[in-house]
Amino acid sequence: MHGLILRTLQIFTQDTYGYDTWSAIASEAGLENPDFEAMLHYDPAVLEAVLRAAETILNKPNEAFLEDVGTYLVSHPNCEGLRRLLRFGGVDFIEFLHSLDDLPDRARLAVADFTLPDVELRDHAGDSFELRLSGHLPGFGHVMVGLLRAMADDYGALALFEHCGAQGEVELITITLVETAYAEGRDFKLGAGTRVATTGSPV
Amino acid sequence: MTIPLAALHVFCPMHVALDRFGHIKQAGATLHKLGVPQLEGRRFLDVFEVYRPRAVDCMTQLLRTEGRKLHLRLRSGKRTSLKGHLVPDGTGGAAINLSFGIAVIDAVRDYALTSADFAPTDLAVEMLYLVEAKSAAMDASRRLNTRLQGAMLDAEERAFTDTLTGLRNRRAMDHVLTRLGRAEAPFALMHLDLDFFKQVNDTMGHAAGDYVLQNVARIMLDETRKDDTAARVGGDEFVIVMSNSVSCERLSDLAQRLIARISKPVLFDGRECRVSASVGISQSDGTHTDPATILEEADIALYAAKRAGRARFAFYQAGPAEITSMPQNAAAGE
Repeated sequence: MHGLILRTLQIFTQDTYGYDTWSAIASEAGLENPDFEAMLHYDPAVLEAVLRAAETILNKPNEAFLEDVGTYLVSHPNCEGLRRLLRFGGVDFIEFLHSLDDLPDRARLAVADFTLPDVELRDHAGDSFELRLSGHLPGFGHVMVGLLRAMADDYGALALFEHCGAQGEVELITITLVETAYAEGRDFKLGAGTRVATTGSPV
Repeated sequence: MTIPLAALHVFCPMHVALDRFGHIKQAGATLHKLGVPQLEGRRFLDVFEVYRPRAVDCMTQLLRTEGRKLHLRLRSGKRTSLKGHLVPDGTGGAAINLSFGIAVIDAVRDYALTSADFAPTDLAVEMLYLVEAKSAAMDASRRLNTRLQGAMLDAEERAFTDTLTGLRNRRAMDHVLTRLGRAEAPFALMHLDLDFFKQVNDTMGHAAGDYVLQNVARIMLDETRKDDTAARVGGDEFVIVMSNSVSCERLSDLAQRLIARISKPVLFDGRECRVSASVGISQSDGTHTDPATILEEADIALYAAKRAGRARFAFYQAGPAEITSMPQNAAAGE
């Protein structure tokens, strides 16, 4: 289990609910050290323990918690670096959706030992798409739903996302694009961020 | 097959087409963003300087670069450097395709370029992605390294510390002596051994003994300077290493003050603990600096002090007969 994933959950919780809440989750999960290192590896069981503990302490289903994590990754100022990296995927939201196939490869380019589930986008009639995520990373689909929602906002597109559950290790997300240029969207300059650093959040 | 000039606009947004006089006939859209007011109609070599291959200053020479990589820079503004590649058009003119090469990172910032300014097959955007991704990842690694370095320093600190008294330990003393020996620097060494410590331990228990040791450590820290090393090197044995040369008077003063303060009884659980200390002193002038020898000499002096009675100190002098021992009235130390 890559530390980036666990570190993300930690930073999200700290930035959203405060350090005390994170400490409570960490102790509920039985962690000896509440601070994860983004560049180290952990036992996969740690993720499951943290998710269970988050559900208990926050009194919130994991699906909603993980969606919030996805949104946070794009929209929180502390994650500006990651938002920029995602925006490199395409000049508009459709191009961005098509770039998702490359997401695991792009992640690996940035951090060589970081493996994400396979991502495959299928085009359906009109403006509907289906995103298939396959690989063992519990909750990844819900993070993606939150992340895609925030990216649609970022591009100024109007789209609907639905998590259609998991079959074995495959998760399905359906995407209905209503309008690509619905709102202004956020600014993205190619050359603005070479010195941007993420605060321990994923790249 | 010839590619129509119009197609170049689509495929190569950074191309120029030159007529046979070396004047720019057309230039791609991205080149128009580089802050050069007018491109069409101007002499190519007036706008761009070719600095490799050398001595390219007319169209004839430019045409001879066919098949070679051109290194160019803008003559005006930011003097952005570019890579180029020339193909003759068969009628005396030529087409040159340009790219920013490694300068792309500065160029996109300097000229506010967007993805649309690069051909879809151009890897410029991927390169920008990679630069940002890598610097973020490097940043995370650097932070981790800093934290690990901090943890390592803490661990080293602990490994050099006597946990009971907070003084340095034997390892730390060895380390300091080796360093001084290597530097051939003069230093003085005091070997201090508690008298009657065993009795305190035996009659009042280990807690009382520990308390006495901690009290001795406090006195030693109090009486020594920041640059001195005060270490507990055994059960009730201590060493003070003082770098730089120290006069015999100062050493005698220090030894007397240490003995006097250590000899003052301390209260533990309402009961008096009485110990005193014997001190052996040796000095190195920086020429004979073998740490083991200096330590041994301090040891010889210490035993001489012990033999002469408790609560005394002695300097080592070459030849056992010359060891002097100065009586010290423990009770009247203050």
